[in-house]
Amino acid sequence: MTSLYEEISTPPAGDVPVRRVTINVNGQARTVDVEPRLLLAHLIRQGLKLTGTHTGCDTTNCGACTVLFDGRPIKSCTMFAVQADGHKVETVESLASASELHPIQEGFKEKHGLQCGFCTPGMMMAAKALLERNLNPTEDEIRWAISGNLCRCTGYQNIVKAILWAAEKMRAESK
Amino acid sequence: MYPSRFNYESPKTLADAIALLDSGAGETKVLAGGQSLVPMMKLRFAFPGTVVDINNIPNLNYHRFDSDGTLRIGALCRHEDLEHSDVIAKGQPTIAAAAPLVADPIVRTRGTFVGSLCHADPQGDWAAVMIALGGRVVVQGPKGKREIAMKDFVLGPFQTALEFNEIAIEAVIPAPAGQARGGYLKLERRVGDFATASVAVALEITGGKVVRAGIAMAGVGGKTIDATDAASSLVGQALTEANIATVAAAVAAVAEPRSDHRGSSDYKRQIIRTFVTRILTSIANSTKKAA
Repeated sequence: MTSLYEEISTPPAGDVPVRRVTINVNGQARTVDVEPRLLLAHLIRQGLKLTGTHTGCDTTNCGACTVLFDGRPIKSCTMFAVQADGHKVETVESLASASELHPIQEGFKEKHGLQCGFCTPGMMMAAKALLERNLNPTEDEIRWAISGNLCRCTGYQNIVKAILWAAEKMRAESK
Repeated sequence: MYPSRFNYESPKTLADAIALLDSGAGETKVLAGGQSLVPMMKLRFAFPGTVVDINNIPNLNYHRFDSDGTLRIGALCRHEDLEHSDVIAKGQPTIAAAAPLVADPIVRTRGTFVGSLCHADPQGDWAAVMIALGGRVVVQGPKGKREIAMKDFVLGPFQTALEFNEIAIEAVIPAPAGQARGGYLKLERRVGDFATASVAVALEITGGKVVRAGIAMAGVGGKTIDATDAASSLVGQALTEANIATVAAAVAAVAEPRSDHRGSSDYKRQIIRTFVTRILTSIANSTKKAA
Protein backbone atom coordinates (compact mmCIF):
# COMPACT_ATOMS: atom_id res chain seq x y z
CA MET A 1 0.00 0.00 0.00
CA THR A 2 1.61 3.21 -1.07
CA SER A 3 -1.15 5.66 -0.34
CA LEU A 4 -4.25 5.69 1.78
CA TYR A 5 -6.28 7.12 -1.04
CA GLU A 6 -5.21 8.39 -4.41
CA GLU A 7 -7.13 11.63 -4.40
CA ILE A 8 -6.94 13.37 -1.08
CA SER A 9 -10.37 14.92 -1.71
CA THR A 10 -11.99 11.47 -1.77
CA PRO A 11 -12.85 10.49 1.78
CA PRO A 12 -11.92 6.97 2.85
CA ALA A 13 -14.70 4.43 2.99
CA GLY A 14 -16.67 3.42 6.04
CA ASP A 15 -16.87 5.12 9.38
CA VAL A 16 -13.33 6.48 9.44
CA PRO A 17 -13.40 9.95 10.95
CA VAL A 18 -12.08 12.54 8.54
CA ARG A 19 -10.88 15.98 9.53
CA ARG A 20 -10.84 19.02 7.29
CA VAL A 21 -7.59 20.90 7.77
CA THR A 22 -6.06 23.99 6.22
CA ILE A 23 -2.30 24.04 5.95
CA ASN A 24 -0.15 26.79 4.51
CA VAL A 25 2.16 24.89 2.18
CA ASN A 26 4.89 26.91 0.50
CA GLY A 27 2.90 30.10 0.97
CA GLN A 28 -0.38 28.71 -0.32
CA ALA A 29 -3.36 27.74 1.84
CA ARG A 30 -4.35 24.14 1.07
CA THR A 31 -7.58 22.73 2.47
CA VAL A 32 -7.77 18.96 2.55
CA ASP A 33 -9.75 16.21 4.23
CA VAL A 34 -7.47 13.80 6.02
CA GLU A 35 -7.87 10.65 7.99
CA PRO A 36 -6.05 11.18 11.31
CA ARG A 37 -3.49 8.46 10.67
CA LEU A 38 -2.30 10.04 7.41
CA LEU A 39 1.29 11.16 7.92
CA LEU A 40 2.33 14.64 6.89
CA ALA A 41 4.99 13.20 4.56
CA HIS A 42 2.34 11.22 2.69
CA LEU A 43 -0.05 14.15 2.48
CA ILE A 44 2.77 16.22 0.98
CA ARG A 45 3.79 13.54 -1.52
CA GLN A 46 0.61 11.74 -2.49
CA GLY A 47 -2.05 14.28 -1.60
CA LEU A 48 -0.39 17.49 -2.67
CA LYS A 49 1.85 15.83 -5.28
CA LEU A 50 4.92 17.61 -3.95
CA THR A 51 7.28 14.71 -4.50
CA GLY A 52 10.45 16.64 -3.70
CA THR A 53 10.06 15.55 -0.09
CA HIS A 54 11.32 11.97 0.13
CA THR A 55 10.46 9.21 2.53
CA GLY A 56 13.48 7.06 3.27
CA CYS A 57 13.52 5.00 6.42
CA ASP A 58 9.98 5.76 7.61
CA THR A 59 11.29 5.33 11.17
CA THR A 60 12.49 8.83 12.17
CA ASN A 61 16.13 8.04 11.49
CA CYS A 62 17.14 9.25 8.05
CA GLY A 63 15.74 12.78 7.72
CA ALA A 64 15.00 12.52 3.97
CA CYS A 65 11.47 13.74 4.74
CA THR A 66 12.67 16.89 6.54
CA VAL A 67 10.45 19.93 5.95
CA LEU A 68 10.13 23.19 7.82
CA PHE A 69 7.15 23.40 10.18
CA ASP A 70 6.57 26.99 11.32
CA GLY A 71 10.18 27.60 10.30
CA ARG A 72 11.76 24.72 12.26
CA PRO A 73 12.91 21.47 10.66
CA ILE A 74 10.84 18.38 11.40
CA LYS A 75 10.73 14.83 10.08
CA SER A 76 7.41 14.84 8.23
CA CYS A 77 7.08 11.05 8.52
CA THR A 78 6.78 11.57 12.28
CA MET A 79 3.86 13.97 12.37
CA PHE A 80 0.25 13.37 11.45
CA ALA A 81 -1.05 15.65 8.71
CA VAL A 82 -3.98 16.57 10.94
CA GLN A 83 -1.52 18.15 13.39
CA ALA A 84 -0.43 20.67 10.77
CA ASP A 85 -3.88 22.32 10.72
CA GLY A 86 -3.33 26.08 10.87
CA HIS A 87 0.45 25.77 10.56
CA LYS A 88 3.02 26.70 7.95
CA VAL A 89 4.90 23.99 6.06
CA GLU A 90 7.81 24.63 3.68
CA THR A 91 9.08 21.89 1.40
CA VAL A 92 12.10 21.77 -0.89
CA GLU A 93 9.86 23.07 -3.70
CA SER A 94 9.79 26.43 -1.91
CA LEU A 95 13.52 27.01 -2.38
CA ALA A 96 13.89 27.90 -6.06
CA SER A 97 12.04 30.77 -7.68
CA ALA A 98 10.83 30.52 -11.27
CA SER A 99 14.07 31.97 -12.58
CA GLU A 100 16.79 31.06 -10.13
CA LEU A 101 18.00 28.50 -7.66
CA HIS A 102 18.26 29.16 -3.94
CA PRO A 103 21.91 29.66 -2.81
CA ILE A 104 21.67 26.33 -0.94
CA GLN A 105 20.70 24.56 -4.18
CA GLU A 106 23.46 26.38 -6.01
CA GLY A 107 25.93 25.32 -3.35
CA PHE A 108 24.94 21.65 -3.75
CA LYS A 109 25.41 22.04 -7.51
CA GLU A 110 28.73 23.90 -7.29
CA LYS A 111 30.27 21.64 -4.66
CA HIS A 112 28.82 18.33 -5.88
CA GLY A 113 26.88 17.96 -2.64
CA LEU A 114 24.94 14.96 -3.92
CA GLN A 115 25.37 11.69 -5.72
CA CYS A 116 22.14 9.69 -5.79
CA GLY A 117 20.22 12.73 -4.50
CA PHE A 118 17.81 10.88 -2.26
CA CYS A 119 18.81 12.66 0.95
CA THR A 120 19.27 16.03 -0.75
CA PRO A 121 15.83 17.62 -0.14
CA GLY A 122 16.06 16.86 3.58
CA MET A 123 19.68 18.02 3.73
CA MET A 124 18.77 21.29 2.07
CA MET A 125 15.84 21.96 4.41
CA ALA A 126 18.02 21.19 7.44
CA ALA A 127 20.64 23.54 5.99
CA LYS A 128 18.01 26.24 5.49
CA ALA A 129 16.94 25.97 9.13
CA LEU A 130 20.57 26.25 10.24
CA LEU A 131 21.37 29.25 8.03
CA GLU A 132 18.25 31.07 9.15
CA ARG A 133 19.50 30.82 12.70
CA ASN A 134 23.23 31.21 11.99
CA LEU A 135 24.47 32.69 8.72
CA ASN A 136 28.10 32.16 9.65
CA PRO A 137 28.32 28.53 10.79
CA THR A 138 31.58 26.70 11.36
CA GLU A 139 32.15 23.34 9.70
CA ASP A 140 31.52 21.72 13.07
CA GLU A 141 28.19 23.52 13.51
CA ILE A 142 27.12 22.38 10.04
CA ARG A 143 28.03 18.78 10.83
CA TRP A 144 25.96 18.91 14.03
CA ALA A 145 23.03 20.57 12.24
CA ILE A 146 22.82 17.82 9.60
CA SER A 147 23.52 14.98 12.02
CA GLY A 148 19.83 14.00 11.89
CA ASN A 149 20.05 13.53 8.11
CA LEU A 150 21.71 10.43 6.68
CA CYS A 151 23.60 10.31 3.39
CA ARG A 152 24.90 6.96 2.16
CA CYS A 153 26.84 8.27 -0.86
CA THR A 154 28.91 11.34 -0.24
CA GLY A 155 30.57 10.77 3.11
CA TYR A 156 29.16 14.24 3.90
CA GLN A 157 32.32 16.11 2.82
CA ASN A 158 30.77 17.81 -0.16
CA ILE A 159 27.48 18.44 1.62
CA VAL A 160 29.37 20.38 4.28
CA LYS A 161 31.26 22.29 1.57
CA ALA A 162 27.99 23.04 -0.22
CA ILE A 163 26.44 24.51 2.92
CA LEU A 164 29.59 26.58 3.62
CA TRP A 165 29.39 27.83 0.03
CA ALA A 166 25.71 28.74 0.43
CA ALA A 167 26.37 30.52 3.72
CA GLU A 168 29.06 32.63 2.11
CA LYS A 169 26.80 33.57 -0.80
CA MET A 170 23.89 34.37 1.51
CA ARG A 171 26.13 36.56 3.68
CA ALA A 172 27.28 38.45 0.59
CA GLU A 173 23.67 38.87 -0.55
CA SER A 174 22.50 40.11 2.83
CA LYS A 175 25.06 42.94 2.88
CA MET B 1 4.00 2.48 7.26
CA TYR B 2 0.66 3.47 8.71
CA PRO B 3 -0.58 3.27 12.25
CA SER B 4 -3.85 1.53 12.96
CA ARG B 5 -6.90 3.76 12.70
CA PHE B 6 -7.54 6.08 15.59
CA ASN B 7 -9.67 9.02 16.58
CA TYR B 8 -7.85 12.31 16.86
CA GLU B 9 -8.74 14.95 19.40
CA SER B 10 -7.07 18.32 19.81
CA PRO B 11 -8.50 19.88 22.96
CA LYS B 12 -7.83 23.53 23.75
CA THR B 13 -7.77 23.14 27.53
CA LEU B 14 -6.14 20.78 30.00
CA ALA B 15 -9.54 20.06 31.55
CA ASP B 16 -10.90 18.89 28.18
CA ALA B 17 -7.81 16.76 27.59
CA ILE B 18 -8.18 15.09 31.00
CA ALA B 19 -11.89 14.51 30.36
CA LEU B 20 -11.03 12.77 27.09
CA LEU B 21 -8.51 10.53 28.86
CA ASP B 22 -11.02 9.83 31.63
CA SER B 23 -13.68 8.70 29.15
CA GLY B 24 -11.15 6.73 27.09
CA ALA B 25 -10.92 3.79 29.51
CA GLY B 26 -7.19 3.40 29.02
CA GLU B 27 -7.34 3.22 25.22
CA THR B 28 -6.27 6.84 24.87
CA LYS B 29 -2.75 8.24 24.51
CA VAL B 30 -1.42 11.75 24.95
CA LEU B 31 0.50 13.14 21.97
CA ALA B 32 3.03 15.89 22.72
CA GLY B 33 6.17 15.90 20.54
CA GLY B 34 5.26 12.51 19.08
CA GLN B 35 8.88 11.54 18.42
CA SER B 36 8.48 8.25 20.28
CA LEU B 37 4.72 7.72 20.09
CA VAL B 38 4.35 8.19 16.32
CA PRO B 39 7.13 5.70 15.42
CA MET B 40 5.67 3.23 17.94
CA MET B 41 2.24 3.62 16.37
CA LYS B 42 3.70 3.16 12.87
CA LEU B 43 5.44 -0.04 14.00
CA ARG B 44 2.15 -1.02 15.68
CA PHE B 45 3.77 -1.43 19.05
CA ALA B 46 1.16 1.11 20.15
CA PHE B 47 -2.41 1.26 18.83
CA PRO B 48 -4.43 3.69 20.91
CA GLY B 49 -8.10 4.10 20.01
CA THR B 50 -7.87 7.83 20.55
CA VAL B 51 -4.94 10.20 20.40
CA VAL B 52 -5.24 13.36 22.46
CA ASP B 53 -2.96 15.97 20.91
CA ILE B 54 -2.03 18.49 23.63
CA ASN B 55 -0.13 20.81 21.28
CA ASN B 56 -3.07 23.23 21.08
CA ILE B 57 -3.30 23.74 24.84
CA PRO B 58 -1.81 27.13 25.71
CA ASN B 59 0.77 27.83 28.41
CA LEU B 60 2.49 24.44 28.47
CA ASN B 61 5.58 25.48 26.50
CA TYR B 62 7.82 27.05 29.11
CA HIS B 63 10.88 26.52 31.25
CA ARG B 64 11.66 28.98 33.99
CA PHE B 65 13.31 29.39 37.35
CA ASP B 66 11.12 30.49 40.26
CA SER B 67 12.58 33.24 42.44
CA ASP B 68 13.80 30.57 44.92
CA GLY B 69 15.73 28.75 42.17
CA THR B 70 13.24 25.92 41.49
CA LEU B 71 13.28 25.02 37.78
CA ARG B 72 9.95 24.23 36.09
CA ILE B 73 9.71 22.64 32.64
CA GLY B 74 6.27 22.57 30.99
CA ALA B 75 4.82 19.63 29.06
CA LEU B 76 5.39 21.25 25.65
CA CYS B 77 8.95 22.45 26.24
CA ARG B 78 10.96 20.93 23.37
CA HIS B 79 14.48 19.53 23.72
CA GLU B 80 15.61 22.29 21.39
CA ASP B 81 14.19 25.00 23.67
CA LEU B 82 16.43 23.75 26.46
CA GLU B 83 19.42 23.38 24.13
CA HIS B 84 19.25 27.06 23.10
CA SER B 85 18.12 28.49 26.44
CA ASP B 86 20.17 31.21 28.13
CA VAL B 87 18.63 30.57 31.56
CA ILE B 88 19.49 26.86 31.32
CA ALA B 89 23.02 27.62 30.11
CA LYS B 90 23.48 29.89 33.12
CA GLY B 91 21.57 28.00 35.79
CA GLN B 92 21.33 24.25 35.14
CA PRO B 93 24.56 22.69 33.82
CA THR B 94 23.40 19.05 33.79
CA ILE B 95 20.41 19.84 31.57
CA ALA B 96 22.50 22.22 29.44
CA ALA B 97 25.03 19.44 28.81
CA ALA B 98 22.42 16.77 28.01
CA ALA B 99 20.09 18.80 25.74
CA PRO B 100 22.37 18.78 22.65
CA LEU B 101 22.89 15.01 23.01
CA VAL B 102 19.23 13.93 22.98
CA ALA B 103 18.26 12.10 19.76
CA ASP B 104 19.20 14.23 16.71
CA PRO B 105 18.77 17.95 15.97
CA ILE B 106 15.59 17.49 13.92
CA VAL B 107 13.90 15.24 16.47
CA ARG B 108 14.84 17.84 19.12
CA THR B 109 12.68 20.50 17.47
CA ARG B 110 9.54 18.46 18.26
CA GLY B 111 10.29 16.04 21.08
CA THR B 112 9.56 17.22 24.61
CA PHE B 113 11.37 16.83 27.93
CA VAL B 114 8.26 15.72 29.83
CA GLY B 115 7.18 13.44 26.98
CA SER B 116 10.53 11.64 27.17
CA LEU B 117 9.98 11.02 30.87
CA CYS B 118 6.51 9.59 30.16
CA HIS B 119 7.84 7.37 27.38
CA ALA B 120 10.05 5.82 30.11
CA ASP B 121 12.58 4.29 27.78
CA PRO B 122 15.20 2.66 30.04
CA GLN B 123 17.90 4.24 27.84
CA GLY B 124 16.40 7.73 27.98
CA ASP B 125 18.74 10.65 28.60
CA TRP B 126 16.30 12.81 30.53
CA ALA B 127 15.35 10.11 33.02
CA ALA B 128 19.01 9.85 34.08
CA VAL B 129 19.25 13.64 34.32
CA MET B 130 16.07 13.85 36.41
CA ILE B 131 17.23 11.10 38.78
CA ALA B 132 20.59 12.82 39.24
CA LEU B 133 18.85 16.12 39.93
CA GLY B 134 16.29 14.62 42.32
CA GLY B 135 13.45 15.97 40.16
CA ARG B 136 9.70 15.48 40.43
CA VAL B 137 6.91 15.15 37.89
CA VAL B 138 3.66 17.09 38.33
CA VAL B 139 0.68 15.18 37.02
CA GLN B 140 -2.91 16.32 36.72
CA GLY B 141 -6.05 14.18 36.59
CA PRO B 142 -9.77 14.52 37.28
CA LYS B 143 -9.09 14.71 41.02
CA GLY B 144 -6.46 17.44 40.72
CA LYS B 145 -2.70 17.62 40.79
CA ARG B 146 -0.11 15.44 42.49
CA GLU B 147 3.67 15.34 42.43
CA ILE B 148 5.65 12.15 41.94
CA ALA B 149 9.38 11.90 42.65
CA MET B 150 11.24 10.86 39.49
CA LYS B 151 12.61 7.76 41.23
CA ASP B 152 9.00 6.61 41.80
CA PHE B 153 7.66 7.81 38.44
CA VAL B 154 9.09 5.03 36.30
CA LEU B 155 7.80 1.58 37.29
CA GLY B 156 9.55 -0.39 34.56
CA PRO B 157 10.47 -0.21 30.89
CA PHE B 158 7.86 2.03 29.20
CA GLN B 159 5.74 2.00 32.35
CA THR B 160 5.05 4.97 34.59
CA ALA B 161 3.05 5.77 37.70
CA LEU B 162 0.65 7.86 35.59
CA GLU B 163 -2.98 6.79 35.90
CA PHE B 164 -4.84 6.37 32.60
CA ASN B 165 -6.67 9.65 33.16
CA GLU B 166 -3.66 11.73 34.20
CA ILE B 167 -1.35 13.97 32.16
CA ALA B 168 2.20 14.87 33.16
CA ILE B 169 2.12 18.64 32.93
CA GLU B 170 5.43 19.74 34.39
CA ALA B 171 8.86 18.58 35.53
CA VAL B 172 10.22 20.24 38.65
CA ILE B 173 13.88 20.42 39.59
CA PRO B 174 14.32 21.56 43.20
CA ALA B 175 16.36 24.66 43.93
CA PRO B 176 19.98 23.75 44.64
CA ALA B 177 21.55 24.36 48.03
CA GLY B 178 24.37 26.63 46.88
CA GLN B 179 25.66 26.37 43.37
CA ALA B 180 24.36 23.86 40.84
CA ARG B 181 27.25 22.14 39.09
CA GLY B 182 27.20 19.13 36.86
CA GLY B 183 27.48 17.59 33.46
CA TYR B 184 26.28 14.88 31.11
CA LEU B 185 28.39 12.66 28.89
CA LYS B 186 27.13 10.06 26.47
CA LEU B 187 28.90 7.65 24.19
CA GLU B 188 26.90 6.77 21.09
CA ARG B 189 28.00 5.04 17.91
CA ARG B 190 26.28 7.74 15.88
CA VAL B 191 23.88 10.59 16.53
CA GLY B 192 20.44 9.26 17.36
CA ASP B 193 21.57 5.79 18.42
CA PHE B 194 20.83 4.48 21.89
CA ALA B 195 23.57 5.34 24.36
CA THR B 196 26.37 2.81 24.66
CA ALA B 197 26.79 4.38 28.08
CA SER B 198 25.89 7.74 29.56
CA VAL B 199 26.27 9.50 32.89
CA ALA B 200 24.43 12.45 34.42
CA VAL B 201 26.12 14.23 37.32
CA ALA B 202 24.42 16.91 39.43
CA LEU B 203 26.29 18.42 42.36
CA GLU B 204 25.33 21.20 44.73
CA ILE B 205 28.35 23.04 46.08
CA THR B 206 28.52 25.54 48.94
CA GLY B 207 31.77 27.14 50.09
CA GLY B 208 33.82 24.79 47.91
CA LYS B 209 32.23 21.69 49.48
CA VAL B 210 29.74 19.28 47.98
CA VAL B 211 26.39 19.39 49.82
CA ARG B 212 24.49 17.08 47.49
CA ALA B 213 25.75 14.64 44.86
CA GLY B 214 23.38 13.00 42.38
CA ILE B 215 24.63 10.60 39.71
CA ALA B 216 22.59 8.41 37.34
CA MET B 217 23.37 6.32 34.28
CA ALA B 218 21.64 5.18 31.10
CA GLY B 219 22.58 2.46 28.65
CA VAL B 220 24.24 0.29 31.25
CA GLY B 221 21.30 -1.71 32.57
CA GLY B 222 17.69 -2.62 31.96
CA LYS B 223 16.66 0.64 33.61
CA THR B 224 18.02 4.03 34.54
CA ILE B 225 20.52 3.36 37.30
CA ASP B 226 20.57 5.65 40.30
CA ALA B 227 24.15 5.85 41.58
CA THR B 228 23.49 8.53 44.17
CA ASP B 229 24.45 6.18 47.04
CA ALA B 230 27.76 5.49 45.31
CA ALA B 231 28.35 9.24 45.08
CA SER B 232 27.38 9.98 48.69
CA SER B 233 30.98 9.85 49.95
CA LEU B 234 31.50 13.22 48.23
CA VAL B 235 29.01 14.96 50.55
CA GLY B 236 30.79 17.28 52.97
CA GLN B 237 34.02 17.10 50.95
CA ALA B 238 35.80 19.34 48.50
CA LEU B 239 36.50 17.50 45.24
CA THR B 240 39.99 16.01 45.12
CA GLU B 241 41.75 13.72 42.72
CA ALA B 242 41.52 10.94 45.30
CA ASN B 243 37.79 11.18 46.10
CA ILE B 244 36.94 11.61 42.40
CA ALA B 245 38.76 8.34 41.65
CA THR B 246 36.95 6.59 44.51
CA VAL B 247 33.52 7.77 43.39
CA ALA B 248 34.19 7.02 39.70
CA ALA B 249 35.05 3.44 40.67
CA ALA B 250 32.02 3.16 42.99
CA VAL B 251 29.64 4.42 40.31
CA ALA B 252 31.09 2.08 37.68
CA ALA B 253 30.65 -0.78 40.15
CA VAL B 254 26.87 -0.26 40.40
CA ALA B 255 26.41 -0.16 36.60
CA GLU B 256 24.84 -3.31 35.17
CA PRO B 257 26.10 -3.31 31.59
CA ARG B 258 25.55 -6.21 29.24
CA SER B 259 27.94 -7.21 26.48
CA ASP B 260 26.35 -6.58 23.10
CA HIS B 261 27.12 -5.14 19.67
CA ARG B 262 27.80 -1.75 21.28
CA GLY B 263 30.63 -3.12 23.42
CA SER B 264 31.54 -5.52 26.15
CA SER B 265 30.33 -5.13 29.68
CA ASP B 266 33.88 -4.32 30.88
CA TYR B 267 34.26 -1.67 28.21
CA LYS B 268 31.01 0.04 29.17
CA ARG B 269 31.96 0.00 32.84
CA GLN B 270 35.27 1.61 31.95
CA ILE B 271 33.46 4.29 29.93
CA ILE B 272 31.29 5.08 32.97
CA ARG B 273 34.35 5.40 35.17
CA THR B 274 36.05 7.67 32.64
CA PHE B 275 32.96 9.85 32.19
CA VAL B 276 32.44 10.31 35.94
CA THR B 277 36.12 11.22 36.32
CA ARG B 278 35.95 13.71 33.47
CA ILE B 279 32.82 15.47 34.69
CA LEU B 280 33.96 15.67 38.31
CA THR B 281 37.48 16.79 37.36
CA SER B 282 36.09 19.52 35.17
CA ILE B 283 33.86 20.70 38.04
CA ALA B 284 36.85 20.58 40.44
CA ASN B 285 39.01 22.64 38.08
CA SER B 286 36.39 25.32 37.50
CA THR B 287 35.53 25.47 41.23
CA LYS B 288 39.23 26.03 42.00
CA LYS B 289 39.41 28.76 39.38
CA ALA B 290 36.38 30.51 40.82
CA ALA B 291 37.77 30.34 44.39
